[in-house]
Amino acid sequence: MKKIERKGEVIFSSYKRGEAIHKAISMKREDILFEIRESKLKGRGGAGFPTSTKWMLVSAAQADQKYIVCNADEGEPGTFKDRVLLLEYPELVFDGMVVAAYTIGAKNGIVYLRGEYEYMLNSLEGYLDEMRKDNLLGKNICGKEGFDFDIIIRLGSGAYVCGEETALIESLEGNRGEARNRPPYPVNTGFMGKPTTVNNVETFAVVSHIVIKGGEWYKKLGTDKSTGSKLFSVSGDCDKPGVYELPWGTKISELLEIVGAKNTKAVQVGGASGICIPKSQFDRTLAYEDATTGGSIMIFNEERDLLHVLKNFMEFFVEESCGQCTPCRIGNVKLLEGVEMIEKGKFTFHHINNLKELGKSMQVASKCGLGQSSPNPFISILENFREEIFNGNGGIHGK
Amino acid sequence: MLVLEKNEMTKEIEQLVNKYGFSRSSLLPILQDIQRKHKAVPDFAQQEVARLLDIHPVEVYSVVSFYSFFNTKQKGKNLVRLCQTITCDLAGKKSVARALEREIGIKFGETTKDNKITLEYVNCLGMCDQGPALLVNERVYSKVTPEKAVQILSEIK
Amino acid sequence: MESKEKLRAPISQKPHVVEKPKDPSYIGGTISIEINEKKLSVPLGTTILEACKEYGIHVPTLCYHEDLCMAGVCRVCVVEVEGMRTLQASCAFPITAPIKIKTSTPMVRKARRHIIDLMLSEHSGECYSCIRNSNCELQKLAKEYGVDHYTFGHVDKPRYEVDNSSYSVIRDMSKCVLCKRCVRTCIDLQEVGVLESLDRGRETHIGTFLDKPLSDVICINCGQCINRCPTAALRANDPSDEIWNAIDDPNKHVVIQTAPSPRAAIGEEFGLPAGTSMTRQMNTALKRIGFDRVFDTNTTADLTIIEEGTELVIRLYKALVKKEQVSLPQFTSCSPGWVKYLEHYYPEYIDNLSSAKSPQQMFGALIKTFYAEKTGIDPANIVSVAVMPCSAKKFECNRPEMNDSGYKDVDYGLTTRELAQMIKEAGIHLPEMPKGDFDSPFGEASGAGLIFGATGGVMEAAIRSIVEFVTGKKAEDVFEKANIIPLRGFDGIKYMEIPIGNEVGTVPDILKHLVPDWNWLKGATLKVAVAHGTANAKKIMDDIKAGGKFSECHFIEFMACPGGCLGGGGQPIPTTPEIRKKRAQAIYAEDESLVVRKSHENPYVIRLYEEFLKEGPCGHKSHKLLHTHYIKRGRYIA
Repeated sequence: MKKIERKGEVIFSSYKRGEAIHKAISMKREDILFEIRESKLKGRGGAGFPTSTKWMLVSAAQADQKYIVCNADEGEPGTFKDRVLLLEYPELVFDGMVVAAYTIGAKNGIVYLRGEYEYMLNSLEGYLDEMRKDNLLGKNICGKEGFDFDIIIRLGSGAYVCGEETALIESLEGNRGEARNRPPYPVNTGFMGKPTTVNNVETFAVVSHIVIKGGEWYKKLGTDKSTGSKLFSVSGDCDKPGVYELPWGTKISELLEIVGAKNTKAVQVGGASGICIPKSQFDRTLAYEDATTGGSIMIFNEERDLLHVLKNFMEFFVEESCGQCTPCRIGNVKLLEGVEMIEKGKFTFHHINNLKELGKSMQVASKCGLGQSSPNPFISILENFREEIFNGNGGIHGK
Repeated sequence: MLVLEKNEMTKEIEQLVNKYGFSRSSLLPILQDIQRKHKAVPDFAQQEVARLLDIHPVEVYSVVSFYSFFNTKQKGKNLVRLCQTITCDLAGKKSVARALEREIGIKFGETTKDNKITLEYVNCLGMCDQGPALLVNERVYSKVTPEKAVQILSEIK
Repeated sequence: MESKEKLRAPISQKPHVVEKPKDPSYIGGTISIEINEKKLSVPLGTTILEACKEYGIHVPTLCYHEDLCMAGVCRVCVVEVEGMRTLQASCAFPITAPIKIKTSTPMVRKARRHIIDLMLSEHSGECYSCIRNSNCELQKLAKEYGVDHYTFGHVDKPRYEVDNSSYSVIRDMSKCVLCKRCVRTCIDLQEVGVLESLDRGRETHIGTFLDKPLSDVICINCGQCINRCPTAALRANDPSDEIWNAIDDPNKHVVIQTAPSPRAAIGEEFGLPAGTSMTRQMNTALKRIGFDRVFDTNTTADLTIIEEGTELVIRLYKALVKKEQVSLPQFTSCSPGWVKYLEHYYPEYIDNLSSAKSPQQMFGALIKTFYAEKTGIDPANIVSVAVMPCSAKKFECNRPEMNDSGYKDVDYGLTTRELAQMIKEAGIHLPEMPKGDFDSPFGEASGAGLIFGATGGVMEAAIRSIVEFVTGKKAEDVFEKANIIPLRGFDGIKYMEIPIGNEVGTVPDILKHLVPDWNWLKGATLKVAVAHGTANAKKIMDDIKAGGKFSECHFIEFMACPGGCLGGGGQPIPTTPEIRKKRAQAIYAEDESLVVRKSHENPYVIRLYEEFLKEGPCGHKSHKLLHTHYIKRGRYIA
């Protein structure tokens, strides 16, 4: 079913189905945790929480039930790497989940698949059946006495906020996708009140390789703080959009070169909730410590109107905010109104500056990651492209 | 709703509750099955789900109204959703949208009179590298052009 | 894979009950923290907000309410916690590690101000044309943060239509700030489940099933949501304009009955501390406003005890002696919110409800019959008003079956808040009023009628009488000062067993036509229970359904509101456990100061049976005027 031959040093390197599971069950749990910690793997959804810490906490928690949740609610605009992983490399993802289950002692795994990917459901279910047949799932997996684990797939129903881990858990419990208060964290009080680890699709895929080749090998790639490689979903104005596996620390300019982007004006790193980087900063690196992303890279060439881009993002957030906390529910509306004012040329700099300040408050006072990151494009586009938006050529919108 | 239809619906929901389990966490899968079959989650179904899961009807409605893939009022037999995210937008979403509207004579957010097609916008479908993307029921079409979009529509029943 | 246990509220949002460690020296029981560089020690699990309160540091709040589980949604209580990138909602942050907190940094102040500005931008209406003017938490916050202009604009048109379909509760969602207190009240505290958040993003609003009007869904009218709403998004359906019209109409004879709870709370509306009883001052104020007569609802509370108690005796006699099929336990029916709750959720148990009307409705029926006859006033010209701590009473008096006098028995139900408003409008400062008496022919009532206002009060009143009837002993000899302590207090569910013993008394005259003697109760044990708040009522009902301990009870008191009537939906705002406790103390203190403290000793009630209800309790006339029937409403929302 692989359509394209993909190249990459970790995820897209060769892997045999079940390999990681066989390796894992021959190891002690602490040793797996050790390898993951050695690798310095951080969550691939974008937040970048160390995977080993999460697993250690769940592993240490006392409970009769623990859950592994795979976050396949890939909703960030401009991200589609999980689609590729699930369609073309399901073995990596599911094996990674089994490894996680073995490591932390979970019996149940849930894949939360976004509703938009319902068309994958049959093939994924079929894949899981195959795994059960081969004893890669089920009771006494691969002959390991007492290691029982199974995976079910649950669909989302069209809510971007459910990509936030506690909102995802709420959704699994049959509630509105409204983020929870933390503490307590899901590692203690997660799905059905039980210790739960929620990891990104890509994180599980990486784990499968780390288990086989070791943490030492993995961290040779990338930078000191951002080890290994990352899948980047590249879209927008370039010749070869698609998913690329590149080591962390790659410069934006290098990436633009690889994907064949010409006349690039700006790169939106991290999706709608990310930041917009202008040409003058293309030597910045893709890494947790610099320009971080869950995978989304959107390229805009010289002809694109960034105010239009910003408006599209803000409309998205106004619609997708869960609506429970004040800063996010009303704040995004105010930011969108600000963009519309600029569009119509009916604004004051005083008000726009107020809105930027509001954006900063939203970043610290919102309840979950959505509201904390939704002002990013507003602040970064109006900051980095203010010449174009307010002044350039007499101000293209300030005529 | 007629009594007969109501009884039919109750039976259907009882089966779903048995299938997914008597627990609030079964709510979404149950609603998804109802939505898939009826293209909506009717009022009566919401109350029956609430009754069988022992929660309040307003809690079911609250969930239904939260997720964009659920709706309470019947939509067209075929749901045609065009991705409105920026990359699809830059790749020509607008001309596809205009072509669709012209061809079937309704605006986005509306349903054709024969109840065959509902046009809607949707947020990111995860096909940003192959935009514009069109979701027809569960099937995704990528790199849609105005002409191709119209052709896709002419093929659906 | 999931247990049968259902989750109403997310686990993380269930109320955190922080138990103070029994032994403070116990390691790990307390934790050292710093607030604004002051070192403190707090019990593990205390929220930042509680810790701040404990040490006198003010943190503004809005979605937080003492009665409710945490939400952490308004974000106005955010504080800085050292080492954390974002600000933390202090109401929803349990302290489990030694942290350093700062409650007033530039970042915190700016974020709070922004949040208030945002709420104001969406909050429709002007303060001077608002029922909650000067008692609004949003207004208070705006003042606290010195808001002098709308930084982010202000809505010019209301966003939602006002829902005034209900007799009791009016919803004006354009004023809602989405703190979800009403949702938590309705779903968690009361388990009624009418209100929830609907839609999402900017469209998020609080609404009912399919956004139907409140009158069409399963609202029990308890008004607890009103008491907890920080703004005027929820308010009671106010009839005071019509009452003023009646007062101003020389052809109308306007009488008012006053329930026990309003007088224990109305002082709060005039700046007095909670728990200041205003009974006699209120009587004078009511007269000065222009009410022609002021009656004490406690009189019919006493009457309720006689009727309801008699009904219980009849049920027990039928069950134990005649071996007939009767519905037991008997449920009290004074709380209209509870009655409607049962009609919706447990319609199969309506036969267990006492058929006796609530004191308000008994009084209504008597005013337009007995009183009208006695005074020669045409009942058509009598306007009967009831001041109640309750919003459900507004619905109750509008129930179509409540016209046994031939007229609408009670014309208007007025809440404590609305009465306070009328008194203010009349230019009266209540605390300065001289003391006044209740009017004849109903006069003064007993302490038993008075304690109806507190949870357990109806049961206590009933037990005082039943014990004296059956055992022939004085209640004071059985219970110290006739105070039945196990039935008092704010435990959600109270249970008590009263052994009758082997000595029984003689049957009092008014019951002689019903039972020959009490021998059949020798050695029996009377089992009673009390629940307040419909969530607790639900627990008992589910237990009864499952054939548990409460199914063996004989008599159960149910009140829809937490704390009983004194915590009713028509009482002054705010309400907290502390305030309710004070109100209860006022009621019990007044009871103890009275000479007559048992319903059957109320001379006016005795006279009523002699002169008017001559066939005695549960006789023909009382059945016509003082008893009612109920409707199996069920849960289906049409």
